[in-house]
Amino acid sequence: MGNCVTSRSQIVRGFLFFVCLWAILCATAPTSGQQKTSITVSAAISLKDALDELGHTYEQRHPGTKVTFNYGSSGTLQHQIEQGAPVDIFLSAAEKQMDALESGGLLVAGTRRDLAGNQLVLVVPASSNIAKDFSDLARPEVKIVALGEPGTVPAGMYARQTLEQLGMLAAVEKKVVYAKDVRAVLTYVETGNADAGIVYQTDACTSSKARIAATAPAATHDPIAYPAAVIRTTKNITAARAFLEFLESADARALFERYGFTPAEKQAGKK
Amino acid sequence: MDWSPLWISLATTLAATAITLIAGLAAAAWRERRTGPMMALVDGIFLLPLVLPPTVVGFLLLLLLGRNGPVGKLLLRFGTTVVFSWPATVIAAAVVAFPLMYLTARAALEQVDPHYLQAARTLGASEWRVFREVALPLAWPGVLAGTILSFARALGEFGATLLLAGNIPGKTETIPIAIYFAVEANDLKGAAIWCAVDIGLSLALLAGLYHWTHAQGQGPGRIRLSRR
Repeated sequence: MGNCVTSRSQIVRGFLFFVCLWAILCATAPTSGQQKTSITVSAAISLKDALDELGHTYEQRHPGTKVTFNYGSSGTLQHQIEQGAPVDIFLSAAEKQMDALESGGLLVAGTRRDLAGNQLVLVVPASSNIAKDFSDLARPEVKIVALGEPGTVPAGMYARQTLEQLGMLAAVEKKVVYAKDVRAVLTYVETGNADAGIVYQTDACTSSKARIAATAPAATHDPIAYPAAVIRTTKNITAARAFLEFLESADARALFERYGFTPAEKQAGKK
Repeated sequence: MDWSPLWISLATTLAATAITLIAGLAAAAWRERRTGPMMALVDGIFLLPLVLPPTVVGFLLLLLLGRNGPVGKLLLRFGTTVVFSWPATVIAAAVVAFPLMYLTARAALEQVDPHYLQAARTLGASEWRVFREVALPLAWPGVLAGTILSFARALGEFGATLLLAGNIPGKTETIPIAIYFAVEANDLKGAAIWCAVDIGLSLALLAGLYHWTHAQGQGPGRIRLSRR
């Protein structure tokens, strides 16, 4: 019994020690003089490399604003926002997810716009010659084809449309491994664990271990668009609007294009 | 409703439990008779999958068994791959369940009174026979507990399975993976159904265990040397 008491007080002491440590760390953490505005951007993971750079640039130009990115599949991010995630801006890889939020009344009216477009490509491991075109996916040597899970990953949805249009869906479906986002598809191909995969051109450009085998004809799938909007529950509407405007600036557009994005199709029609 | 995740989960769990039972018992029996500084390291390695996050286990297995991994390359030479196939679900589940089997089996074997083993040896029994007919029956309740723990752990395996076996409906999509992707796709009804199935399975397992222990009568196993 005596033993038991000692060990319990040791646990309590250990716990208190960590509480103190935590308090000290919090107190000594560097705090900037003026209050920084922080905005959280939930963005389709295919935008990752371009947005990381844009966020960095923006923070340098606006030292008072801190931009935090939350990347994932557009469907996952959409559901997070629907469940009340504290997000200021949503950047989707397809209209579908943004439509869902808009009809749910979760967007700030008038802030929705298309930022960029993209192309859908077939990738194979860099050293592989297994497929030169989408039709090769039916060949028996191609055993595993990676696609995004079509319910949540727009790239997977577009890929399904293309395969269906090309009459390949039945032949490919038995070989498909579904990934949780488009970058996971790319990883499956890069590591050689999948023989081929369907991703965006911009994803393929980020990789030296995967190679583009073919580009899907634009007519075989819905136009790929990246709509963006401010989320209704935002606490920093001014900062959120300002960042969204920056993403539409000439500088940002040039950067998107440098990463392989195409200009937004609807842009000309708007305004 | 596609019920394939249920059958895949059951097949995977049964296969993984069988592998774990044999491997865990063999490892425990092998380890029990050894001492020395190296054994601490061996224990650490055997128990690592229990303390590591399943994603780490899955990642390491992927590095090892992937097409560019050392074992994966070897398998490729024989014309097969493990990653993204049904055996991958079994491997992932067996690896994460192994420490539970190993731990309980070792504890059970250590409880066996060495005098019985010595007695069997003096009567001329081979080491294998001593293990099979004396040590194992005496350690059986513990071994069974380990088997059930392993079964439960294998049934719930998610992280390593997703990394190693991916999500292939009808092939590697187990119940936990079906739940994850249903929630991701906001298919709350599908997720709820699979959760109910999982709870039902687990309750049945626990109820079965309860009845079994009561039917057996409590206390350590009786000595039942086969008459031969």
